Formats: sequence, C-alpha cells, structure tokens
Amino acid sequence: MLLPSTMGIKELEYCMEYTPRELMVVCASRQIHEGEHVFVGMRLPLIAFALAKKTHAPNCIGLFEAGIIRDVPSTELLYTMGDAPNIAGSLWTTSTLNVMGLLAAGEAHLGFIGGAEVDRYGNLNTSVIGDWKHPSVRLPGSGGAADIASFSRRHAIIMQHDPHRLRERVDFVTSPGYGYPSEEGPAGISWRKRVGLPRGGPSALITTLGLFTFDPENGEAVLQSYHPGTTIEEVQKQTGWKMRLAPDCQETIRPGEEELRVIREYDPQGVWTS
Amino acid sequence: MSKLSSMAEAIAKYVPDGSSIAIGLALEPFIPFAASHEIIRQQRCKLTLIGPISDILFDQLIGAGCVDRVKAAWLGNVSEGLAHCYRRAIEQSIPNSVVIEEYSNFTIGLALLAGSLDVPYIPTRSLLGSDLPRQNPAFSQQKSPLDGSPLLIVPALQPDVTIIHVQRSDIDGNAHFWGSHGICEEALLAARNVILVAEEIVSREIILSDPNRVVGPSFKVRAVVHEPWGAHPSAVSGYYNRDHQFYQEYHTRTRTTEGFQQWLNEWVLIVPDRDEYVQKVGEKRLQNLGVREHRYAAPVDYGY
Repeated sequence: MLLPSTMGIKELEYCMEYTPRELMVVCASRQIHEGEHVFVGMRLPLIAFALAKKTHAPNCIGLFEAGIIRDVPSTELLYTMGDAPNIAGSLWTTSTLNVMGLLAAGEAHLGFIGGAEVDRYGNLNTSVIGDWKHPSVRLPGSGGAADIASFSRRHAIIMQHDPHRLRERVDFVTSPGYGYPSEEGPAGISWRKRVGLPRGGPSALITTLGLFTFDPENGEAVLQSYHPGTTIEEVQKQTGWKMRLAPDCQETIRPGEEELRVIREYDPQGVWTS
Repeated sequence: MSKLSSMAEAIAKYVPDGSSIAIGLALEPFIPFAASHEIIRQQRCKLTLIGPISDILFDQLIGAGCVDRVKAAWLGNVSEGLAHCYRRAIEQSIPNSVVIEEYSNFTIGLALLAGSLDVPYIPTRSLLGSDLPRQNPAFSQQKSPLDGSPLLIVPALQPDVTIIHVQRSDIDGNAHFWGSHGICEEALLAARNVILVAEEIVSREIILSDPNRVVGPSFKVRAVVHEPWGAHPSAVSGYYNRDHQFYQEYHTRTRTTEGFQQWLNEWVLIVPDRDEYVQKVGEKRLQNLGVREHRYAAPVDYGY
C-alpha cells in the first residue's frame, strides 16, 4: 500500500535492501534530537521512537496521548500505544489531559502525525475527502493530531506520496500547518500567530518518495531530499504543487545497517514496516 | 446496598433510547464491548456517543442502527484503518444518517472536564486555525477577557451515562483501575449515571487498602456488572492483551453491509450474553491473550 506508485514490487526488491516504510521510519527517527520530549503518534512513529532511543537519541522521552510517558522503548512491538507493554515500566501512567496538558504548555519538542492529504503549507486533512456535508470518503478524524499540530514546538508529518495526497490545497484543514496567505499576511509563522496558535508548525514532511522541510517565513514546503530509486522529476510528477527545492537538495541518506538491525529486531514480522 | 447487576438489567435501566453515552474512554484498552453488545441486542436507538478515539466500538453501534449523533475525535480501527460502518453512515446514510461533531482528543477531554466541574466551558488555544471549529457547532472563538488573545471555547459535556471497564470493583462500585486512564476520570465525574464493568468483584477491604488506585467516588456509580473478558478484543492491563487478529477479521468482514450484518449476527445478536461470547472466542484463543509474565508493583504502606 505504501509502495511508490511508479515502481513495481519486484523492481523495489531489486534496487533496495529495505522497504519504503523502513526508510520512512529511519527518516522519522532522524528528526528526533537527543534529549527531546517526543509526542509519539500511531504506527510508524512508535518504531521511530524506539529506533532513536536505541541509536542517536538515548535520552529522548516519549509522550503518548493515552496518558503514558516513558524513557525506554516497550520491550515488544506496539500495535497501539495503549498496549500493556507500553504501560509496564513507564515513567508515568496517567490521564490524557495530564499528558496533553504538558503538550499544551509547550513541553513537547517534536510531535508526529499522519494524514490522508497535505498541502504545500503543511496543512493536514484527516477528516473528509470532498465536501464536509457530503464527503466522498469519511476519514477517521483528528484524534490527537490537531492538538499535536497546535501545540508541539515543531511537528513532523508522515504519509504516502501521490498527487491526490500532496495537493495544492486540502479539502479540510484538520491539523493546522502554516495556514494560507491572505490579505492579512503571508502563510507561515506569522499566520500561526495571527490565528492565535502559541508556537510551532510543521518542520518535516516524510513521504514514500522524499523528505520536505518547511520555510517558516512563508510556510512553503521545500524538497530537502528524494529517496534512493527516485528522482526530483519523479517526485515533482507525484506532487500536486510546483515544488521548491532546497539549495542542497540531494538523495536521502540510506538507512544504516545498525538502523535496519534495530527496526527488524523491534518489528521482526514487519507488521508496520513490511 | 449492593449495586451488582446483570448487564441486561444495567443497560435496560440506565441506557434508554435517546441517551448520550460516554464509552471507550481509555482510548485503545478497556473498551466496554460487553456493554455495547448488550445495547445492540436491546435495540437502543437515537443514541449520542461521546468518546475520544473509538477502536471499532462506535462503528458497531452505528452499523447496528443505534446511533444518530457522535461527539468524538477519531473513529476507525486503530491497527487496520478506516471504519466501514461509520463511512457507510456518513457517505450513504446506511443504515441511517449520523451527525458527527468532530473534536480532538484534548478538546473532548476538556469538554468532559468542564462538565465535571459544572462550568459552562473551558478555553484552549488548540484547534485555532483548524477547520474543526467551523464545522462543529459546539465550538466558538472568543478573545480572552484578560489579554485579548484568541481562544477556542469548548462547552461542557455531561453525558447521561458513562460506561467504564475496570480491573476490579467491590459490590458498591469502589473500583481499582490501573493503566493509562485516557479521559475516564473526567467522563465518570461529568456523568449523571455511571455503569462500571469489572473483570473481578473483590471485597471492600481490598479496594480500601489502596485508595490512590480508585477510579472515582462510588456514589456516582449506579450499577456494577461482573463481566470477565468484558473488554475483549481490547486489552486490560494485568488480565489480557489486545486481540489484534480480531480487529483484522472485523475490518475484513465488515467491508460490505451484508458482511457486517453477518458479523453482527454471529458475534452479537445470536450470542445471548458475555459468558456465551467468551465460550465462542474459545479457550485456546483466550489463553494466547493471557498475561505471559506478571509484573507486580511494589506494595505501598499507608501506615501511620
């Protein structure tokens, strides 16, 4: 499901020694800096947190919206953040409001969210495809994503890359990114200030084809790297807006041996990473 | 006086048609499926469901035609993706149309906290710049009377009934609950009536030996239902793990309306009660879900 749409499975196996999801986990993990408080979302970030802990960020701390804070990865793969292995040995097991209260107060350096649609300003839709009242697809909704996007000091978005998902403008803004330019001013940090958000904004968009960062001054996504096996032209073809490129835009650094070893040790059956 | 009750009695008495029900409040674990299945068997209708995320419980109640309004942050299948009955209800009005008032996890918690404190609203800076406040008529934006900064106003919610699954309770509704709490405590305190579903019924002495672990005041609790495995396929810390495969099977089988009807018939409608459900799940499957390695907390001393 997460394969780049331009490549067949056989071609991928031939040219890669890792799966697209493993690469996304590695990209997500690399967003985590040593010592940071990470608001961990569902699915791939659960593994990215474990990977960062076991490699470059051994002192980072994970916050989970079910009401869990921990500084060691769970001893077993998590299907959901509320699974018992995530509770045993946690630093604090408490309520959602206590953990999200910390988020609201600016204690989370980095939050992870996923979505169905994103636009060039990092606004994310997980609510409806089409019209709110008569949607063609009703998606699950915000969960904690809109709160994470509102309050984290910065947040990273993880999603599949195709032109229907990376759009000029999303149908519905569930989780605010950098807004839109208007008569009142540009998109970006100044938009977030205008609407009353206390801080933050997207710092990375990790997709099956590449990694975007954002220019906080005008809120625009900037292609920072394209994954091995694709090209800038190919990423542009799969992106619904005219991409800006970082001056040092290059191929994404491949997962290291140690990173892949840790991922496969944590998810040996490839539940999330196959 | 003992509040022990059968699930059928508790639902009949405290969940009439048209009720607002807060349920599934601990996010992925402790989901009171035993209660929701009984609600479906008693053919309740026009319910309003209140919760943070709902891992297939809301989907089942919607598919069974019990629901006409949902106040929630996320409605799907956490390990599998989209919720098919919810999609059919919103996109095609099958089996009936459902109104969604979309919250985030934080704001649904704040709404219940406001309800528990009996204040009209709690302000937050969350969701400013999101389209959610424009679509959920409950939300409005105001300027702070203190510094003029923009605020989202989250009005109080007071559910008619809150249903919570716990590890153990005494017959009066003094209950121990450990693990991540989600928004259980706020929903319990905000509710007019509370139904507790417990894995075990224990003595008052056991509960009072550790009052810090109690979920809330028993005077809010109207009924205590003893229902071992009552949260299956969700997890209960110290009792059983999440049955991931069950969620996968549900996801696959409920892609069509007919598939859902068959699933519902097999797992809810022709199953008279939870004992029979547990037998149907089968000993082998339950054994695989059981605790493999116990991890007891160190005892605490309340001595003086």
